[in-house]
Parts: sequence; C-alpha cells; structure tokens
Amino acid sequence: MLEVRGLTTEYGAITALRDVSLSVGAGEVVGLIGPNGAGKTTLLGSIAGLLMPSRGTVHLGDDDVTGQTPEKMLRAGVALVPEHRRIFVDMTVEENLRIGGVTVPHARRVELLEEMAELFPVLRDKWTTSGGFLSGGEAQQLAIARALMSGPKLLMMDEPSLGLAPIIVDLVFDLIDRLRAEGRTILVVEQNATRMLQAADRAYVLRSGVIVADGSGQELLAREDLFDTFVGG
Amino acid sequence: MIELLQNLIDGLGRGSIYALLALGVAVIFGVMHLLNFAHGELITVSGYAGYAAFQAGWSWYLVAPLVVVVSIVTSLVIERLAFSRVRGASDFTLLLTSFGIHFLVSAIFLMYVSASVKSFPRPGWVANTYSIGPLTVEVFDTVVIGVTIVTLAVTVAILQKTMFGLALRAAAADFDAARLMGVRSDSVIRGAFALSGFLAGIAAIFWLMRAGNTTPTAGSDPMLKGVLAALIGGLGSLRGAVLGGLALGLAEVLLRSQLPASVAELTEGVVFVLIALLFIFRPQGLITVAHAERV
Repeated sequence: MLEVRGLTTEYGAITALRDVSLSVGAGEVVGLIGPNGAGKTTLLGSIAGLLMPSRGTVHLGDDDVTGQTPEKMLRAGVALVPEHRRIFVDMTVEENLRIGGVTVPHARRVELLEEMAELFPVLRDKWTTSGGFLSGGEAQQLAIARALMSGPKLLMMDEPSLGLAPIIVDLVFDLIDRLRAEGRTILVVEQNATRMLQAADRAYVLRSGVIVADGSGQELLAREDLFDTFVGG
Repeated sequence: MIELLQNLIDGLGRGSIYALLALGVAVIFGVMHLLNFAHGELITVSGYAGYAAFQAGWSWYLVAPLVVVVSIVTSLVIERLAFSRVRGASDFTLLLTSFGIHFLVSAIFLMYVSASVKSFPRPGWVANTYSIGPLTVEVFDTVVIGVTIVTLAVTVAILQKTMFGLALRAAAADFDAARLMGVRSDSVIRGAFALSGFLAGIAAIFWLMRAGNTTPTAGSDPMLKGVLAALIGGLGSLRGAVLGGLALGLAEVLLRSQLPASVAELTEGVVFVLIALLFIFRPQGLITVAHAERV
C-alpha cells in the first residue's frame, strides 16, 4: 500500500533522513523505532506532506504522492495522529471529531461519528467536553478517533504512548490490536520499542536518519545487540 | 448616575464599531499570524465606492449593502494580490506587507482620485434621539448596538455550526494540525478574509454614516482602532477582540466626559497611556491565547 523509496529530507545543512526506504502492506501494522533524534517524526512528516523531501519518492498504491500537501495526502487516504496529539483544546470532543471528518460527505460523517462513539466509549461520555479538559489517555483516543474520521487507507501514529501512564499505554496498544483486527493498515512511530515490536507485524529501526535494520517484530525482539546499541529500550 | 448611563450607551455604540473592526483583525491574525494594518483600507475603498454610488443617485438603502460587498471583495483581492504571495513568510514580512498595502491604497486614491474630502449625505435619522426617562439616546447608537449584536450572533453561528467555522477555528488554534485533518489552507484563509471583509463592511456602513465623507486616509483611524482593540483583547482571541473594542469605545467616551474641558482634546493620548499601562501589567491583553507550536 505505502512504498517509500530513497527518501532524503534536509533541514538546511542538516540531513535528517538519508535514503530511507520502507513499505507497509494492506492490513499490516508496521512499527518504526529508534532513539530520540533518529528522524522518526521527520519521516512521518515527510510522508504526510508536512515536510518536503529533497530526494526520493512516496507511492500510495499506484499513485506517486511525493511532496503533496497534508490536505492532499489526507484526501489520498493517509491520516497522521501527530506527536503530542495536537487536539484542538478549545473545541469539544464532537467538534474535534467533526473537523476530522471535514473531507467526507455529511451523511458519512454522521455515520463515522456513531462508529467512533462505539469504538471509543470514553469519548461518547465526554461528547460535549472541551478537548483541553481531557486526560492524556482520553486525548490520545480522541486524536486517534479524529484521524479515523477521514476513513483513511493508512493510519500513521507518532509516539501514541508518549507521556501516558503505563495503564493507559496498555490501552493504546490494545487499541492498535483492535484496529488491526478490523483490517486497518497502520504505521506507528514509537520509542517504547519492546511494546511496539510485540504489537507490530514488521518493524524498521531508524538511527541518525538511516534505516539500520528491519524484519518481523519477533526477529527484531531477538536481536538484543540492536536494542543495546540503538534503541535502549 | 444619569450622565454615567448616558456615557455607557454612547461608549457601547462607539465600541460596537471598534469590536467589529477588531474581530476582523483577530480572525486574520488567528489563521495567518498577520497583524493586518491594511484592514482600514477596506473602509477607504468602501467609502469611495459609496461616494460613487451617491453620485449615481443611489440611496443609503442600496449603498449600505454595496459597502459590505465592496469590503468583502476588496479583502479577497488584497489577499489574492498581496498576502497569498508572502504566505509562509516571517511575521515581520507579513507585517511590512500589510503596511505597504495601507500606504499604497491611500496613495492610489490620493493620486488618481483626489486629495480633497468627498462628502455624501448622512441618513436623516443619524442625529435623531429618543428619551428613556431622563436618558437621551441616539437612534444611531441604538442601531449600531443592535446590528452589532446580530452580526456577532451570525458570526458565532458561522464559527460554531458550520464546517467552515470549525475549520477556521481549528486553523486558528493549530494551522498544521488542521491541514492534517484535510482542511484546505487556501479555502480557510480566503474564507477568513471574506469574513473579515464582511465584518469591516458592517463597521464601514456606520463609520461612513457618522462621518458623512471619505478621504484617501479615511482608513487610518479605523485601522488603528481595530488593531488596538484586538491587541487590548488579546491577539487571536475572538471574544477578546469584541471585549477590546467595547473597552476602547467606553474608555474614549468616559474619559472625554470626565476630563476637564481644557484637556478634553487629549482624550486619545490619555487612552494610549491607559493602554500602555494595561500592557505593562497584562502584556497578553485581556484574554490569554495559547498558540500551538507549528510542526
């Protein structure tokens, strides 16, 4: 479904990503792990259209979507749950979800709102609460639900467990499992490497902007050298 | 007490116009981080369009909607010709661009129309008054306050009930996050300029009705009042803009009535001193706005 080939992204003189290639197949959960500053968020930003890669291509199915704007990428079927969630704190849960469905027709948006209320019961109970009054776990669920409101082909999540209590981290990974069971295609950036590799079908390890290893979650879990050297988790 | 009530009504009338101007400034600042010093030019251009319409024999009933339409169109044209070309540039570049438009529009009317004052008839009811007990209330103030309330209600309904309004609020809170949701930056920015033009157009009707004339620099004073009111309220806050406008109008009227006659002409100067004091103790304005970091 997603094919990234030779992607290089630079911030001025600094090369944040160098010749990165990865793929995500339909229905897969793929993890992207690595230490702080490895370029994980830059990679998601380059795919989602927030950053312009200087070289390489991004294909979604047969379509070359390299360098498209975020709004075009969303319409192409790529939704990103950004780092730190970035929900709209002055808008209610329902308004956050409605804006997540800005690209879908009204009737479908209403259906999706009902689906999200079903999938995230905690949000249904806080429908009219402002985003700023949600707990970290609730806000994370809202951020994921908001991204799902566009009916994406590919859901990308950036550090979904960041800053959450361990019990809420469990909830987030349970949610990833449920989304996988629904057949959704997911690319997750995560610093909690052990949990990510347990949850992922496949994963890539990124260090200093370069992919240094890839394989199934179980294969990578077995490579302790990789953890000690690159991940530390 | 009666005098105070009288001044409050006058101040609310004046402040309502400032609130509409400030709201337009705040809407644009919210989505573009642009403090738009060209906002007053919507009144300049609308004023000349109104003058031309009066010359053609139009009445205020036709001129009023024309002023609103011209203000909206001018706002969109300015966005298209100038601000769209510097989108994404630094805040300073945007600020300089808005100053440039402000001076350019004045210069165009000065060079190609006339430097002299162009007068047109004020509606007969502008000077009319009516009494409520011991209070004498201007019909004009009543109409301004009433229309402002309706305009604000319509604006709130647009912002809260429509997808465009939700998109505008989302973009104002976190532009890149809104784009990630599929909000089209072009559409939301143009929509913001159209809404800003609409609000300026309503304000322009009353500004021009009260003035009864226009000049190449007619937009300077409303621009200053709109920007100041938005700053007082807390830049980026729509509620703050309305509060700031009302506070500025009330301060002007109350000070003018309370200052000794010999220094009454210094009212605006004293208002600026008060604003400076406000910013010393609350540099963020009346309402604090949290701006999300950009990606």
